[in-house]
Amino acid sequence: MTLPSPGGSQPRTYRRACWALLLLCLLGLIPIQRGIDRRKAGEPGATEVLFLPSGKFLRRVSLGYESLLADIYWTRVVQYFGRKRLEHSNEFTLLGPLLQITTDLDPHLIIAYRFGSIFLADKPPQGAGQPSEALALLRRGIVANPEYWRLWEDLGFVYYWDLKDYPAAVRAFQAGSEQPGAMDWMRALAARVAAAGGQMATSRFLWSEIARQAGNEQIRKNAEDHLWALDAAEQIAKLNELVALYNSRQGQPARSFQALVAAGYLRALPRDPSGALYVLDADGRVRLNPRSTVDLDLLQ
Amino acid sequence: MLALETIELTKDYRLGFWRNRIKRALDRLSLQVEAGEVFGLLGPNGAGKTTTLKLLFRLIFPTSGTARILGKQLDDVSTRFRVSYLPENPAFYDHLSADEFLNYVASLFGLSAAEGRRRSGELIDQVGLSASRHVPLRRFSKGMIQRLGIAQALINDPDLVVLDEPMSGLDPLGRREVREVILRLKDRKKTVLFSTHILTDAETLCDRVAVLHHGRLQGCGELNSILSLGASATELVLEGPSAELLDEVAPYTSSLVRTGERVRLEIPEEDQVQKAFEVILRRRAKLISVNPVKRSLEDYFLQKVGNSAESSQEVASVYDSN
Amino acid sequence: MRVATIAVHTFKESVRQKVLYNLVAFALLLIGAAILFGSISVGVERTILITLGLSSISVFGLLIAIFIGIDLVSKEIERRTIYNILSKPVSRVEFILGKYSGLLLTLLVNTAVMTAGFYGALFYQKRALGPEDMVFLGAVYFILLELAMVVGIAVVFSCISTPVLSVICTFCLYVIGNFSTDLRTFGQETGSAFLGTVCDILYYSLPNFGDFNVISRVAHADNIPGYLWVGNSAYAALYITVLVSIAILVFEQREFR
Repeated sequence: MTLPSPGGSQPRTYRRACWALLLLCLLGLIPIQRGIDRRKAGEPGATEVLFLPSGKFLRRVSLGYESLLADIYWTRVVQYFGRKRLEHSNEFTLLGPLLQITTDLDPHLIIAYRFGSIFLADKPPQGAGQPSEALALLRRGIVANPEYWRLWEDLGFVYYWDLKDYPAAVRAFQAGSEQPGAMDWMRALAARVAAAGGQMATSRFLWSEIARQAGNEQIRKNAEDHLWALDAAEQIAKLNELVALYNSRQGQPARSFQALVAAGYLRALPRDPSGALYVLDADGRVRLNPRSTVDLDLLQ
Repeated sequence: MLALETIELTKDYRLGFWRNRIKRALDRLSLQVEAGEVFGLLGPNGAGKTTTLKLLFRLIFPTSGTARILGKQLDDVSTRFRVSYLPENPAFYDHLSADEFLNYVASLFGLSAAEGRRRSGELIDQVGLSASRHVPLRRFSKGMIQRLGIAQALINDPDLVVLDEPMSGLDPLGRREVREVILRLKDRKKTVLFSTHILTDAETLCDRVAVLHHGRLQGCGELNSILSLGASATELVLEGPSAELLDEVAPYTSSLVRTGERVRLEIPEEDQVQKAFEVILRRRAKLISVNPVKRSLEDYFLQKVGNSAESSQEVASVYDSN
Repeated sequence: MRVATIAVHTFKESVRQKVLYNLVAFALLLIGAAILFGSISVGVERTILITLGLSSISVFGLLIAIFIGIDLVSKEIERRTIYNILSKPVSRVEFILGKYSGLLLTLLVNTAVMTAGFYGALFYQKRALGPEDMVFLGAVYFILLELAMVVGIAVVFSCISTPVLSVICTFCLYVIGNFSTDLRTFGQETGSAFLGTVCDILYYSLPNFGDFNVISRVAHADNIPGYLWVGNSAYAALYITVLVSIAILVFEQREFR
């Protein structure tokens, strides 16, 4: 590099004029650029979709820099999403296509799947309100990253929260829990959902599996507690039925389980899974013994 | 009328990584070249000759001082219509042929296409390149390039021709041709300024010379008057001189070289030469030749700056930095 | 006048460089191949040809602009042919302008050849050319504006440093120029006001090439809006003036030892 030395082939005034011209033009660029940016932003959003290149095409022409390009597109996703949120917009038309491009460019960009699905699934104005798009995104993520079991978790949550599709959620959690390296509570998740969704049998199965395979005493106990709660809930339901039957047959409400045993409805006094006796309270409802260690709240 | 005038022209270079060392390549050069004369710029390599010429053409800029070409300031581009320059070891566009190149140069001078073609055709013949006029320049030898360089320096029929080492790379035939070109220019009352480190070239051509060394003007004027400062020796070549003869002339002989039968004597004092002749005649020795010994430029410089190892290293290092 | 002489000379010199022919031939080949790519997928033959064709013109034009542009001045300095030219009645300004114009002329001719090939391919595909195909000339015009700016950048670097550095710097500036919007977004996204301002300054001073790329628009048969014609032309004109001024200012000071 050569540095300028004193003197030049033209007099000073000429050089000053050149500098002035240079600065003027540089400053003149600013309003032009601003004008272009303003007009661009004002363009209707629908036409925006047409101008995005396909992710597969981009991937081919990026000459090995796909992950860099993916990162750039990810920032564009964030920017687009942020802008739409700022405008309190209810339309996020480009979100899906941008995420598609991003994940086409780098199928292993986990964050795009995870947060992308959140952006997509949430209802407007928090998000795009497109849970099925979110599911599709996550499925693609799972195909490309089968070892990343958390995507199953995200999938399960979309089913659970946004679609209220409990069986599907359970299936997702279960599938995720079967991936190597998945944390144990994935199964817990599946089981809880199953319980809250009303599928006791599945839940019982899952909890007993957890209890059986638990490598850890706390997890085993936790699973056992859940199983107990499940069993207890089921038993309470059955006992309530029996009591109702007794009441309708005998014409008078039963005061205690003794009566049912005496009447032959029960062989023995019913005990919950922890071994404590069930209680028939004054209203005729079956309750847990206060000294029972079963925790029905686990079913919430 | 002065064709060229420099006034205290100075050029410093900043050297070193931090650009804090200053090397003075040209030190307050004040020179005048009259119109119509052939002026030589002499000096060893690194004396500042090329620096001076580049300053004249604004390829580098002076640290201080000024110059005037044909009466105009240096930054007046219009003077270049009447002046031309041939740099040392010139380089021209490889992909063009000789006539294409000259036509291009002609168009830069604003000559019409027809006029340009006419002049380039003439000049190609004049410098002896007629056979190669359509050959691409990348196939030219050094001598051919040099001749083309002379041609491009003449295409605008300049009043002042500036040549940097025009004889370099030429065989004796080429050198003679260049010498003839310069003499022809002189006949046409043009001014020629050329730099060289070869004394004989300057001798045969120059009306006046300026001698540069270490960036400083050591002397300016007619060559002989500069170099005859100090004694000039005489050389005698004898064949088969007797030992007694040699003994007799020994007191005023500064050097004696024997080559076979011939002996070369060098007698520094002019008045002693007459005595030598008398001895030779008396002894009937065979005198082959008598010649004045020309002092070389190197002798001149060594005398000027003292015969020290430092000065020759100085000369060498300045040469290297170019 | 001398500017024109130097420009024509530069044009002739560029045209004699083999690399030029290779690049143009390759571009034409790619345009031809685009027809094949299109036939693989249904309904998008035209889109693919347009996208690939125009992108080839852009990319190869860019390569020519960079590789010949960086040599424009530095080669003359390195080979010392500059001594000869500057000792003629040619001012340094005229020299720079002439070199720049010459390369621009070269690019114009090359782009015209490639565009002709592109239209040839379009004709081959559709067996007809209609008025809706005129819009591609607009895309080519914007590509030319882009290239003119890149040449300006290359000339500036050619005056300052060696060819290798010039290639790297010019290419980097081109890439950054394509992502300048993202750069600005990055500045806005980070909470720091300082970074935001820095990124804004960079956004306005670095060349913004993103707006010149209308290839996807025209590939989907959309029109080029009027404000882009005016805006881009003005932007390019000003930016080129800036670049050429920088080149002149640098070159004016340059000494040739």
